Amino acid sequence: MKIMWLLSLFFLVAVISLVGCSSEGESDGSGEGGDGNGTTEITYYSFSAAPNYEDVLADIVTAFEEENPNIKVNTELAAYDDYFTKLQTRLAGGNAPDVFELNYENFVQYASKGTLADLSGFIEEDEDFDPSQLNQEAFEAYQYEGKQYGMVESFSNVLTFYNKDLFDEAGVDYPTADWTWEDELAAAEKITNEENNVWGTYAPATMNEYFKIAAQNGGQLFNENGEPTVDTQENLEAMNYMVDKVTESGVTPSPAEMSGQAPADLFMNGQLGIVHTGIWMFDAFKDASFEWDVALEAGNTQKAHHFFANGLAVSADTDKKEAAYKFARFMSASDQVAELRVENSWDLPAVNNDEVLQPYLEQTPPENREAVFNALDTLVLPPVVKNWSQINDVTNQEFEKALNGSKSTEEVIKTLQSEYENILN
Amino acid sequence: MVGMTRKKTFIWLCIFLLPNLLGFLTFIGAPIVSSLIISFTDWDLLGEMQFTGFENYIRLAQDPDFWVSFRNTIFFILGYIPLVLIFGLACALLLNKQMKFRAFFRATFFLPVITSWVAVSLVWKWLYNPEYGLINYALSIIGVDGPQWLSDPNTAMIGIILASAWKDIGFVMVLFLGGLQNISPSFYEAASIDGAGNARKLWNITIPLLAPTTFFVTIISLINSFQVFDQVMIMTGGGPGGSTEVMVQNIYNHAFRYFEMGYASAMSWVLFLVIFLFTWIQMKVQDREVN
Repeated sequence: MKIMWLLSLFFLVAVISLVGCSSEGESDGSGEGGDGNGTTEITYYSFSAAPNYEDVLADIVTAFEEENPNIKVNTELAAYDDYFTKLQTRLAGGNAPDVFELNYENFVQYASKGTLADLSGFIEEDEDFDPSQLNQEAFEAYQYEGKQYGMVESFSNVLTFYNKDLFDEAGVDYPTADWTWEDELAAAEKITNEENNVWGTYAPATMNEYFKIAAQNGGQLFNENGEPTVDTQENLEAMNYMVDKVTESGVTPSPAEMSGQAPADLFMNGQLGIVHTGIWMFDAFKDASFEWDVALEAGNTQKAHHFFANGLAVSADTDKKEAAYKFARFMSASDQVAELRVENSWDLPAVNNDEVLQPYLEQTPPENREAVFNALDTLVLPPVVKNWSQINDVTNQEFEKALNGSKSTEEVIKTLQSEYENILN
Repeated sequence: MVGMTRKKTFIWLCIFLLPNLLGFLTFIGAPIVSSLIISFTDWDLLGEMQFTGFENYIRLAQDPDFWVSFRNTIFFILGYIPLVLIFGLACALLLNKQMKFRAFFRATFFLPVITSWVAVSLVWKWLYNPEYGLINYALSIIGVDGPQWLSDPNTAMIGIILASAWKDIGFVMVLFLGGLQNISPSFYEAASIDGAGNARKLWNITIPLLAPTTFFVTIISLINSFQVFDQVMIMTGGGPGGSTEVMVQNIYNHAFRYFEMGYASAMSWVLFLVIFLFTWIQMKVQDREVN
């Protein structure tokens, strides 16, 4: 009996000390959260600052803390690839950051699960903020069922980046705003030079590219109700266009020919006439050894351009919602932040203030920066469906099969239709 | 009196075991039990847990991706285990002989074992590069047009198997060396007197007497190779076209990328049962043969 008693005592002590540890850990975070005495400490979790813009974010935080001396912001950064795994785990563990970044594609999933705080009330009461300060399309992207669950901070899109030197050598005219797929293919064929490992054009063969190419051909991968509608003639033509560039005309390097190199590196090496990539590459291409510019994307039956938005959301669980909202609003609508973003080419701030945006347009290269704004006229939003990452993976895998010839595009599109249906049900 | 000391010993045993036991219960025991519970729910980490009965297990049986990853894992095992066994034994036999720099060679062969999989994978990825890699360069010297290795669905898994075998041969070698040391030299002396050659000695003495070691090595390798993950994740990410997607990677994707904890837990338990089954069969077979 004595033994049992002793044993249970030990377990009790051990359990109490464990509980003690964990509650101590919790109070570490919220101890200073109480109002009245001193500062509120909030945690901001971000992916867009890593790894290139850590210093800019630090400057922004300093500016915010000067404006709000009773709020202290701790930043935590993760690369995009690991960001959501960590976020989801922290939310599940009841240890969510007070305010965190969400891109548009992932926003709905988090809003629909009730993990985000409704900011509508704060916005109404806020005398310093009016939604008209922001690009309306981008601002409204962060609404779910009529409530504002996030503050858009920046957006970006994808353009046709082209190497002027390669175009000149091949004697091809530069891309224009009304280029079509045919024009791009014709130019790419002239530029391609297999002996020198130079290819005419590159766009990734992935889901992220596919929904846009489909839209350029009048197609749609999911209908308004989010049901898969991939198995159509328009979408098949779009897929053929993407795959044939590799397998038929050879104007795009195959995965084997890429052999692990990033398309941006090939472009910087002068091995690509055109690369379809995001405006976040402006800074990286700044020091290219050749002349380059950007143009609107070629379309087929219509134009379509990517639109990516990042925003800040406040955790539904935090008891420091007000401080968190203030920081989200600052990141989103402050001219000071917008200026810092423009100065450092860190995406495009979502503010409407032309004065702030002017320096962005004046910077070169590229000459044709207006294309960034012109592209907004024909934007196509990423499909908002549950299980987006799984649908992404399946699609990319099937594209690989089409590229290496183990499946025809007709078979691939049939597979995609049934896989999507399976995943969404 | 004897009873008292026993009791005391028992108490002290408990005291000393407690820290480890607590760690085990908190970080291994509890997660194992909760994963079993989660496997019967549709938990997505964010929402409420809902009990769904055997739904995850039924879905598993009908999920073509799961079976593809199962097949790929079996393919990996069939290539990997014979390779490490044969080359591990060969290295052990070579390095069991008296020779100069024996310790140096043993250390060299063991070096890959203690190297991080991340570093090893990155180096092999570079070796396999069809354009700039050393392997295809070496092949081109002797006039062979090398395969596309990791970019070709037909050769990608072979590439992973070769890299994995290279890394683990040292480990298997050390286990076999231990086994060889336990074989009494008198067997070989007796065999020599009877006029047996080297091949004969290997076949009739070394291999039969190594059977317990071989058994241990096979089980350890089998358990490890069912859980192959790191090298696949880094070298191919499951591609091209899903040709190298293995079971653990599938579990990882569902748990941490698609946030289907329930389904991923169900897969983990199926993986556990598969490993358990294979090990049990091996035990039974071995029981009959060793004794």
